[in-house]
Amino acid sequence: MTDARTYRRPVSTWWWIGKRTYFVFVMRELSSIFIAWFVVFLLLLVAAVGRGGTAYQGFLDFAASPLIVAVNVVTFLFVVLHTVTWFSLTPKAMDVRSGGRPVPAWAVIASQYVGLAVVSVCVLWLVTR
Amino acid sequence: MTKRRVEPFVWLMFSGGGVVAAVFLPVLVFLFGLAYPLGWLSPPDRNHLSGVVGNPLTILVLLGMFVLLLVHSAHRFRYTLYDGLQLKAQRTIAVLCYGAAAVTSVAAVVVLLSAGLR
Repeated sequence: MTDARTYRRPVSTWWWIGKRTYFVFVMRELSSIFIAWFVVFLLLLVAAVGRGGTAYQGFLDFAASPLIVAVNVVTFLFVVLHTVTWFSLTPKAMDVRSGGRPVPAWAVIASQYVGLAVVSVCVLWLVTR
Repeated sequence: MTKRRVEPFVWLMFSGGGVVAAVFLPVLVFLFGLAYPLGWLSPPDRNHLSGVVGNPLTILVLLGMFVLLLVHSAHRFRYTLYDGLQLKAQRTIAVLCYGAAAVTSVAAVVVLLSAGLR
């Protein structure tokens, strides 16, 4: 086994601080925590809606408490970071073709923003109608 | 190695969850996390939301979204721990991350069904 004899230089835990691209990479990875948090937040909302008017009002008060608002401001920033980086990665991860020709990266990215706008309007309509 | 065979399936769910997060979460976080709590918009009526949440189609869509988002999050966080913090207990981390996603998914089924069937 040559493996055991190879020297591997230890990497600092803070290897991602120095360079901007590394930093953005780690921030993007950290968005996972906030996505999980927001799933829990939405489950609390659904549970409160199911339990009735008092529980729903209780949830609204909980959501308006300073700590939760602060967490959700940070969550929003991480979600936007996720959306922007995810859309930019799609043309690199997927070979989109139309009539046998590759679709330019900007068109793939732009169409995803159109999708985002359509979904956002639909959700807004469904929630507030 | 079972791990190897599971990996592409998890990656597919990670990918699906990434799309759901990118497309659905900005508006949901904006509305329920910021606009309603901060009074920029008046929050929707409970009876209306109750009707939305009680629709079988909504229950199915929300369940699919939540499960994909949870797997996405667990998968990404797993690699954050490997690469970001360079933790070495890889098997334990994988079990904990996917285990947490599985437990929360079960909770999502319970919450969605009990709220929806009321």
